[in-house]
Amino acid sequence: MINYVYQLINPQFISVKLCDVNTDGKVLVRPKYMAICHADQRYYRGQRDMKILSQKLPMALIHECCGEVMMDKTGTFSPGQQVVMIPNMPSRRLNYVYENYDEASKFLSSSDDGFMREFVDLLPDRVVPCDGIPPHIACITEFFSVAVHAVDRMLNFAHSHRDEIAIVGDGPLSYVVASTLKERLPQSKITVIGRRTRKLARFSFVDKTCLAYDIPADYRCDHAFECAGGEGSYDAINNIIKHIRPQGTIVLMGVSENQIPIDTRTILEKGLTIVGSSRSGKKNFEDAVALMQTQRIRRRLGSIIYEDAEVNSIDDIHRVFATDQDTPFKTVFKWNL
Amino acid sequence: MIYGAILAGGSGTRMHVSSMPKQFLLLKGKPIIIHTLEKMLACTRFHAVYLGIHPDWMSYMYDLLDKYDVDTSKVRLSPGGETRNDTIFRVIEEINRDYGANEDDIIVTHDAVRPFVTLRIIDENIDAAIEHGACDTVVRATDTIVCSEDGTVISEIPNREFMYQGQTPQSFKISLLKEAYAQLTKEEKEILTDACKICVIKHIPVKLVRGETLNMKITTVNDYEIAEVIAGGIKLD
Repeated sequence: MINYVYQLINPQFISVKLCDVNTDGKVLVRPKYMAICHADQRYYRGQRDMKILSQKLPMALIHECCGEVMMDKTGTFSPGQQVVMIPNMPSRRLNYVYENYDEASKFLSSSDDGFMREFVDLLPDRVVPCDGIPPHIACITEFFSVAVHAVDRMLNFAHSHRDEIAIVGDGPLSYVVASTLKERLPQSKITVIGRRTRKLARFSFVDKTCLAYDIPADYRCDHAFECAGGEGSYDAINNIIKHIRPQGTIVLMGVSENQIPIDTRTILEKGLTIVGSSRSGKKNFEDAVALMQTQRIRRRLGSIIYEDAEVNSIDDIHRVFATDQDTPFKTVFKWNL
Repeated sequence: MIYGAILAGGSGTRMHVSSMPKQFLLLKGKPIIIHTLEKMLACTRFHAVYLGIHPDWMSYMYDLLDKYDVDTSKVRLSPGGETRNDTIFRVIEEINRDYGANEDDIIVTHDAVRPFVTLRIIDENIDAAIEHGACDTVVRATDTIVCSEDGTVISEIPNREFMYQGQTPQSFKISLLKEAYAQLTKEEKEILTDACKICVIKHIPVKLVRGETLNMKITTVNDYEIAEVIAGGIKLD
């Protein structure tokens, strides 16, 4: 079937590619709502290394999306069913590596076209039903599942003393990590450390917030999540190393284009465990959707969403990327192309 | 109920391919009409999709459905008529015979030779036909339109701001279209170039639906070559 694919050709330049898709054995999903990730924005603005950009483009952006099943020759889903799509594309199943770390896996909107298409063709195991979740919230399931995965990683590695957990960063990633932790470890005290009072104020459900330059000298945590990324990674990681108790686990989640010098002496002295966490797999999607069935989680996620006007044209795609630069949290939009 | 009608009554004379109507030519290894049918069938709102086929090519079309493994549970074949509107009304007769006539039935008519139609265009056609009774798919005219009544000198240059190019689908509430057509005189019927004109002559408002520049009609050999390039994933701009 002929498909319209809206590809980024060069930074801030989008063009339509038409291609004939073999739909055998595939579930066809019509995208309905999408959300912009920082990674999309970096491609769109050309803020990646030129060599990488030239290898990856042309490519359709967006890997956070929910849609409606329009056809399923496998009979797994019914037409009209609301689903979220998993952008991670494993080509094999290894029992010692998560699908999202397998080098043989592909990722839509990084190594293949993302979801900015007329329809998306996926194998049935890359599709997760999300009935009952409003689509403007369901579209950030991938984003939420990344937090679910990171918390699972922490639970796998961290020792059992989990009274105090720190999250460094005050953006949407911190927010979903905090939301997940609150569900998974309701007894733990969560402290969010950030740079902007206005953003920290959104974390109404955590035990404490504090500004990064004002962390009490005697503050201690058992484990911590780094959700800063970029230029903020240096301070975030080193602050954690300074304030974490011995043998704590640090989960790194923020993406940085540059290498970050870190205080390895203290890491050794304290015997810390550093865990990298990136993306997510099918189980995390299913767990995220299960959590999103509760009104409490849906309300929380709803509060970090800015819904822009719908996308009816390529000009509108440019508009949502511009909007995203001016909004503090997640930009979502209805896809009508 | 909502029905699709793919109009393929033509014999391919404009293409100068005497042996094969243009809708059967291969586009990236698949007949154009199969591409078009696949997109129409992908719209879950259709109760059935009718193919109005030139009577000489009916059995050929059946073979194509088999060969390209099309799910035919919603596909019906209907012999095409002399003109485009004849084909539409023949399809409507078949619909009435197969499913009966309901006041709110909608028909979405589409050229077989426009395989690059999108699901959005089809959906918006259905919505517009339900709400307004009739709609046409258009794109803004980019060229200046020049009128010449004698074919030698310009008689008028209309303001381009108000000019659009008509595409398909064109969609209607079947009862409204039948009633309007029945009221036309023989002379009025002779000047019809498309089904929307039936409504326009009878002063029935026809809602505009935004088309796509790529939703091109493959009419000439040149169009066909351009369509091959577009379908091959080569970017035009």
